[in-house]
Amino acid sequence: MAVHRRIEVMNLSGSAGEVALVRFLDRKIIDAANIQELGDELFALVEKEKKQNLILNFNSVEFLSSAALNKLIMLDKKVKAAKGKMRLCNLRPEIYEVFVITRLNQLFDIKPNENDALAGM
Amino acid sequence: MHPCWTWQLEQRIPSRTQAAEQIIDALLAQLEAEKWDSREVFGVHMAVEEALVNAIKHGNKEDPSKSVRVLVQTSPRQLRVEIVDEGAGFSPDQVPDPTSPDLLNKPHGRGLMLMHSYMSHVQYKGRGNELVMVKTRG
Repeated sequence: MAVHRRIEVMNLSGSAGEVALVRFLDRKIIDAANIQELGDELFALVEKEKKQNLILNFNSVEFLSSAALNKLIMLDKKVKAAKGKMRLCNLRPEIYEVFVITRLNQLFDIKPNENDALAGM
Repeated sequence: MHPCWTWQLEQRIPSRTQAAEQIIDALLAQLEAEKWDSREVFGVHMAVEEALVNAIKHGNKEDPSKSVRVLVQTSPRQLRVEIVDEGAGFSPDQVPDPTSPDLLNKPHGRGLMLMHSYMSHVQYKGRGNELVMVKTRG
């Protein structure tokens, strides 16, 4: 079992298979070293632990920088390459606004909550 | 300090992204003490964070022999931030739009866009290594 320092992972049963529910342990995703570690842990879910379907719950996230957005873009590519699905949920209004400004709300599948994110997965 | 500013902080920080944390914390504490709206504080945090990371990583290229000069000033109505790095500078006009369809899934180029979105005025001066940002309270 992989050790995670920046995320907490729960395995759920979706209607189409297993889904990894990821919660972030940092309220503020800013520090460059932490973002690097976060990226490594997220990428390992797809590349080493072979998780195909991910839900990222942002409930605890109060701030994130563009460097963190870059990791999410790279993760999305890896999930798509593995023919999986990735959904984001529980974004605070100010965090959602960051995705709107950068138009990443068009790239990512963003749902209001975990139940909606899990539907059809 | 010019009389229009009621608070200011000037610091020269080393070219490490962690070094930006202290000055951002001090600025955010000041804005909260001056009762700025929390969403405006969030936006200022985003803009200053991105600007400092740009100066340290892209400007000074994290060269330990180079530093970044930061001046932040507040008045009852405005915030002004000046960030000067020792890098070669750049032309903001040459930075491609990260929201164009062919660049939307590329993992770079969003910092400048966020700065423009959250601040009232953003201008690079000199050879492109001197940044001035102003935020007027809503």
